[in-house]
Amino acid sequence: MTKIISGDEISKSIESTLANAVVASDETAMWVSPKNIHEVCNTLKNPDGLDYSFLTAISAVDYIEYFEIVYHLTSLRNNCSCIIKVKTSGRENPEVQSVSDIWQAADLQEREIWDLMGIKFGGHPNLKRILLWEGFDGHPLRKDFIG
Amino acid sequence: MATIRTEPVTINLGPQHPSTHGVFRLRVTFDGEKIVDLEPVFGYLHRGTEKLAESRNYVQIVTLTDRMDYVASMSNNLAYVRTVEKLSDIKVPERAQYIRVISVELQRIASHLMATGFLLNDLGALATPLVYCFRERERILDLFEMLCGARITLSYMRPGGVFQDAPEEFWGSLNTLISDFPSYLDELESLITTNEIVLARTIGVGLLSDAQAIDSGVTGPMLRASSVKWDLRKANPYEIYDRVNFDVPIGSSGDTYDRYYVRLQEMRESIKIISQCIEQIEPGPVRTETPFFIRPPIGEAYSSVEGPKGELGFYMVSDGGISPYRFKVRAPSFINLTPLRDMITGWKMGDLIIILGSIDIVLGEVDR
Repeated sequence: MTKIISGDEISKSIESTLANAVVASDETAMWVSPKNIHEVCNTLKNPDGLDYSFLTAISAVDYIEYFEIVYHLTSLRNNCSCIIKVKTSGRENPEVQSVSDIWQAADLQEREIWDLMGIKFGGHPNLKRILLWEGFDGHPLRKDFIG
Repeated sequence: MATIRTEPVTINLGPQHPSTHGVFRLRVTFDGEKIVDLEPVFGYLHRGTEKLAESRNYVQIVTLTDRMDYVASMSNNLAYVRTVEKLSDIKVPERAQYIRVISVELQRIASHLMATGFLLNDLGALATPLVYCFRERERILDLFEMLCGARITLSYMRPGGVFQDAPEEFWGSLNTLISDFPSYLDELESLITTNEIVLARTIGVGLLSDAQAIDSGVTGPMLRASSVKWDLRKANPYEIYDRVNFDVPIGSSGDTYDRYYVRLQEMRESIKIISQCIEQIEPGPVRTETPFFIRPPIGEAYSSVEGPKGELGFYMVSDGGISPYRFKVRAPSFINLTPLRDMITGWKMGDLIIILGSIDIVLGEVDR
């Protein structure tokens, strides 16, 4: 069975190297500040450390006051998985660092989130709309979108 | 002698093109015959499934999942209902779990048959091998018709089990199918596996290294063809997969041929799984009573299954209401296209078609 690593456990194992990156953690997930997500992911992917080599999915949820980006990570070697979350502030111009240079898997998924949820990924090489056309007004998965 | 002035040419492949398996467009830049750049253009079949799901109740959404990967509806149903069950802690009777595994393995065979048939079609073996594949797929669709009355958009599963028990005549037809199937696969293999043209066109074409496959989030037969032994049925057994014996076939080099051959061997393994399920299945209920409107507690869940194309996962957030607050699909066909550019650059037009064919995309799932 794939072992589910709790947020508390993950935050303990990266606290030594990245002291201020973790905002909160509980049973289910670990919250990271938007400006630290890139270095946290780099640490998690490190093959000599935790070895989360596989980015399963990136999702974004609109909680009205803030957006939450959810990273599901899997380590194929250790057969374990964990969840990392990032909260953005404000609805006008939410921005998170891109992790597409760490995992290529993030490339299309971040473009999809930008297209449908309107969250910018700083450092993404090709952040364009993917499912909708250029010039489409708004981001349909937002709760305040009126179709 | 003065050299002739040359320049790269950009052409559009699709959106209406038989080899794109749907409405998918590739903007390809050629230098002579060689592909130097490629940009996939998505979205022609985007129906906003994720947004639609936010205004439907949990049972209605089953029909939306049918229309994502429309050649493997059963697997979509399973991945979805498992997430609802995880979210609201619904137990599933054992007989229902067996019927679910039998039906998703049948669906895997049907989907792999289509992938194989269309790969051959793309290779230029027009229609003949495809008809061989469709002949057997038709028998699987007949079995689905006995189960639920539909052949493509099945909606057979419900949170808590399946919609009805399999009828008596289903088991007879299933037994005939699985006893016929190995010899049918031998017949198919004798046409393809050692065929000189197939070997010349596919071996070493469209290589995807194991490191890149993992890095780009590729799953399913495509990941296993790149010699990564990762199958969720083994790595994280769900339903009753821990009670059946089967192997996980892997390829050696990650080329187009390996992707074809892994699928072919997986069909044999699926037959093994189904015959063990038939031996083990016991009579009993097939559905747990659930309220008409399921209201999962506030929370979130991610659950995934090994679909025919790869890891099919659903991430759902519930606010306690009758519809999900957020419904997100991890679509394997979509994510498997991530390394497309790297795989195709440097090859020629004819190779592009078969490399794309060997990835086995379904546009209903890519665009959702």
